[in-house]
Amino acid sequence: MAYAEQGQVPTGTPVGDIRARIRSVLKEHSQLSVDVSSLADTADLYEAGMTSRASVSMMLALESEFEIEFPDTMLRRDVFESVEAIGAAVEQLLARH
Amino acid sequence: MADFVSVVEQIGAEVARASAADVDAGARFPRETFEALRAARALSAAAPAAFGGAAASVLELSRMCTALGQHCASSAMVLAMHHIQVLSIATHTAGRPELGEYLGQLAREQRLVASVTSEVGPSGDMRRSVAAVQTAGQRFTLSKQATTISYGAHADDLLITARRSPDAAPSDQVLVLAPRGTYRLVGAGAWDTLGMRGTCSPGATVQVEGEGWLILPDSFGDIATFTMVPTSHILWSSCWLGIATDAVAKAQALVRAKGRATPGVVPRAAQRLCELVRKLQSLRDEVQAIAREYDELRNARDTDRLASLSFALRINNLKLTASTLVVEIVSEALSICGIAAYKNDSPWSLGRQLRDAHSAALMISNDRIYDTNASLLLIHKGN
Repeated sequence: MAYAEQGQVPTGTPVGDIRARIRSVLKEHSQLSVDVSSLADTADLYEAGMTSRASVSMMLALESEFEIEFPDTMLRRDVFESVEAIGAAVEQLLARH
Repeated sequence: MADFVSVVEQIGAEVARASAADVDAGARFPRETFEALRAARALSAAAPAAFGGAAASVLELSRMCTALGQHCASSAMVLAMHHIQVLSIATHTAGRPELGEYLGQLAREQRLVASVTSEVGPSGDMRRSVAAVQTAGQRFTLSKQATTISYGAHADDLLITARRSPDAAPSDQVLVLAPRGTYRLVGAGAWDTLGMRGTCSPGATVQVEGEGWLILPDSFGDIATFTMVPTSHILWSSCWLGIATDAVAKAQALVRAKGRATPGVVPRAAQRLCELVRKLQSLRDEVQAIAREYDELRNARDTDRLASLSFALRINNLKLTASTLVVEIVSEALSICGIAAYKNDSPWSLGRQLRDAHSAALMISNDRIYDTNASLLLIHKGN
């Protein structure tokens, strides 16, 4: 996140790659009523049709994809409400490794 | 506020108890009880003090529901559902002045608010709507086919879930306030059920036409997470606790009478009563502990904890525990009391309490809640 905010990371670097992988997980598991590729990074996924049930499937798939575990304190609606928010959470967990 | 709880307890003992059998037999609205609750200004107990309410805590509202539930569970459930609607509006007005004025009017006129969250359709899930708000300029229309609307025909105002717009996803929902005069209930069905007969909850189509400010500014997702779901499970459980308390009181009185008949000999039923009182105690402790915890989180505006999966699990578990225990407790009380409680025309009768208790597992079906918890436990690490 810090890199992205400072604008130091061009497309194709890890941050961009993480977002692409998140989008691929979303496409598979979030059961959105719209095409994931049409959504901005900041778009609200719940407004785009993601149910609580689908959000749990997505969390499990993200844990598997990135080999991370979301601690219970991160299991909140706002942490998973957009590609950007999920990206921030994933980067924070990957940085701990 | 302790006074408020005792006022409701008195209304329960004097008004609700006297009409409970007739309300049940006729599947009719407990109007005497609600006239008394209005006169005591109990319908604005949950409204903020700034708008003329009593700003009661959820623990106090819980005690009101339990007090009334000992006498007439239908009355208690209507009061619980009303409090849930008032809390949902009051917590999510986002400072919109018209909604503040509405709450003032609710307190002055002691208006009764009903909920329209159920809907004919494939999902049966409160968090997915079919009906959508259609906006035209400053006004909107909404038509929704509900499977049940509790006391819809006896309410002043309705609170209705719907999709934000015709092209919104099913989970992109808003909560719409429909004061009397803005809505029509069409084609209401019959309400002839095993229990909770006085809640008068047939399905109907509700048609609304109103001004834009009636659509609550917060998303229904937030209103459900922070207010409607936790307060529903706490206040419903409080009603069931009232039913269980009533059943145990009857069993205790009957066992005491047996004990007096044979001084020096502890009746066998007294052993079984121990078990019953233990279960009632754990139910009461569970309901009150979560009501207190919710009040603390609400007062601290701890939205992180309120929106956490662990709190969702905790609230869902309260519902599962209370709805299961109430049936067990009333069934065991019936068995301890024997034929005296099995007879319908006996002062010890527990028939209505048992029928009312069986509604608990159906109000948001326990099967659905087990499914949700099972899925949450896949991702949740603590316990």
